[in-house]
Amino acid sequence: MSIHKFHANINDSLIIRGGRVIDPANKIDKIADVLIIDGKIAAIDDDIKMKPDHEYNAIGKIVTPGLIDMHVHFREPGQEAKEDFISGSKAAVAGGYTTVATMPNTSPVVDNAALVRSMVARADDVGIINIKIIGAVTKNQAGLELAEMRDMIDAGAVAFSDDGHFDDNAKIFMNALDYLHGTDKIIICHEEETSLVKDGVMNEGRRSAILGLKGRPSVAEDIAVARDCLLAEYTGGRVHIAHMSSARAVEIVRDAKKRGVKVTAEVTPQHLTMTEDCVNPTDASTKINPPLRTQKDCDELLKGLIDGTIDCIVTDHSPHAAEEKDREYIYAPSGFPGLETSLGILLTDLYHKNKIDLPTLISKMTYEPAKIFNLDAGNLSVGSWADVTIIDAGLEWIVDADKFYTRGSHSPFVGRKLKGRAVATIVHGDLMKLL
Amino acid sequence: MLGKSIIGLENFSPDEIRLVLKTAREMKKIISGGVKKLPNLRGRAIVNLFLEPSTRTRTSFELAGKYLGADVVSINASTSSIVKGESLRDTLMTIEAMGVDAIVIRHKAEGSAEYATQVVKPVIINAGDGAHAHPSQALLDLFTIEQFKGRLAGLKVAIVGDILHSRVARSDIFGLTKMGAEIHLAGPKTLLPRFFEFDGVTVHENIESAIKDADVINILRIQLERQQSGLFPSAREYARVFGINETRLRLAKDDVLILHPGPQNKGLEISNAVVYGANSAIHEQVQNGVAVRMALLDLTLNGGAK
Repeated sequence: MSIHKFHANINDSLIIRGGRVIDPANKIDKIADVLIIDGKIAAIDDDIKMKPDHEYNAIGKIVTPGLIDMHVHFREPGQEAKEDFISGSKAAVAGGYTTVATMPNTSPVVDNAALVRSMVARADDVGIINIKIIGAVTKNQAGLELAEMRDMIDAGAVAFSDDGHFDDNAKIFMNALDYLHGTDKIIICHEEETSLVKDGVMNEGRRSAILGLKGRPSVAEDIAVARDCLLAEYTGGRVHIAHMSSARAVEIVRDAKKRGVKVTAEVTPQHLTMTEDCVNPTDASTKINPPLRTQKDCDELLKGLIDGTIDCIVTDHSPHAAEEKDREYIYAPSGFPGLETSLGILLTDLYHKNKIDLPTLISKMTYEPAKIFNLDAGNLSVGSWADVTIIDAGLEWIVDADKFYTRGSHSPFVGRKLKGRAVATIVHGDLMKLL
Repeated sequence: MLGKSIIGLENFSPDEIRLVLKTAREMKKIISGGVKKLPNLRGRAIVNLFLEPSTRTRTSFELAGKYLGADVVSINASTSSIVKGESLRDTLMTIEAMGVDAIVIRHKAEGSAEYATQVVKPVIINAGDGAHAHPSQALLDLFTIEQFKGRLAGLKVAIVGDILHSRVARSDIFGLTKMGAEIHLAGPKTLLPRFFEFDGVTVHENIESAIKDADVINILRIQLERQQSGLFPSAREYARVFGINETRLRLAKDDVLILHPGPQNKGLEISNAVVYGANSAIHEQVQNGVAVRMALLDLTLNGGAK
């Protein structure tokens, strides 16, 4: 696969002809043409008569707002052997994503306005997709002192997170929620109580009992989610639960939402579709935090996704250099790259198995994350930037790490035969054909 | 079994286990004979790659290889390039490039022996990978039990102590249940794995019910650092509630066989009197270990015939 720029001049007009347009924000689901002029959506109509500079035949394909992934690790600054803004952006385009938000656990940690400002500028420079910057909640993500979040907001940070670990110090976390009062910014929480997951490398369950690998019990997540829901309720602050993996935690969030707590949640394709039984200690590609759990957890996560307990889908795109992942399971770093496989996995394992309908799925990847993060994206409203993804839901392909744009190579999805993927990605009217 | 890597007993058939035990009986005769040198593996090279401290397993494999006529080199963690930051893959490939026929590997990382089979071609023999497996130890336990009991099927075998962190327990459980023994586990709940439910395995609430009428008790080593990590309060209390002493031993059958993979913490998991008592086969286990490892090397490198 290669990315081809379809047309050179961004001011050229483009019509995407005859696709099934799914725009959950505007409750559109119909066969229509989409007209793009000057990089913006100019019209969506049944049969647009005008003769544009370019046409894209989307008959039989699905046309959606550009996909949004609010949880990626692009590793800049400091870890460019794993990924950088260019390789990450290309991976995003290949996966159908037009907007991503980068987590701050880099070297150094993105915990001050100067860094946020330089990354916003770097994102503009690279300019392939929209890259949003998430700042740290605490200095150096150490969980001891608040980072200068108000400065970072002014510099362009869209949210805050100490992702990678749980803030054990409840008082500091409560302070962070209070301190953000009056802003529209949320805290994205990695929910695993630290002492319960120390040295753990996979779910604590039947599989870890057989393999002898140390476990990360689901109750560690449940405790963390419960604490943060309670603190959100108590302070009135906004909490966003990162990469949910535990069935019990879904219940806790559902209950909190019923009580009117300002909590939202996300889930990854891997936690929706894979279990601890996929863990093989000779291949660290399945090593992720929180870990792959059980079928019951997958089932409850899907239920929560559909009933609205879980608001959106993220990839937790976490590339590492090949030599870092190609080693003993217990020593390999956690995470794998997800941007290029996410849509294919979701279509193959959920949509084609009739577990979710397309408007719901697309909503969880466009409209819902945009709403949570207050982004001007995730819809095809006339006048908005033309960020569009064109999907061929029937296209069969095999995941091949050699064809990845990301620098990360180890993915548990490598070798899988998938049905459905993005075939073109448009960012601000700039169409990039993928096949 | 020619060319087979020995990773864990989960991938052994009962027939393969019987073959190892039978071959080990032959090997044991040689160890107790006068000249301990067979030509079976003459011209073959074996590397013991021990990335974790070990006395008995390493020496046992070393002698096993030498008794069979192989050239054996042992590498310890502290003298290997691993301390210079060399990856396990590169260490294995370096050893392979020197033309060895088998690599015996001990490593704290679970799955490392199986990983080695994917990286290099020589026969890999797992001499302990973290808490996952220790197949040669389990086979010598089976060998010792069969030596004293004449059979494995139908025996009641208690395994007591730190099951959670024990590769010996996991391999014993797979090996013994395959051969028809029933397994009874006990220890402090903090040292028992959760979700450990298998056919033929019963997890007990207390030591007494696990060892009641047992034919065999395998007493696992308690590492003292488990106390510091809060898994039990003191050595004294452990010994009182969970330790195997002569009083508690009376609950088992009169001819109960006592095993311990060593090294023992006397006065903690096992009393001095039990180590040296009439029921103890602990020192027999060590000799049997050499025989079993000779059998494994001969079977995998030589096909075991002749």
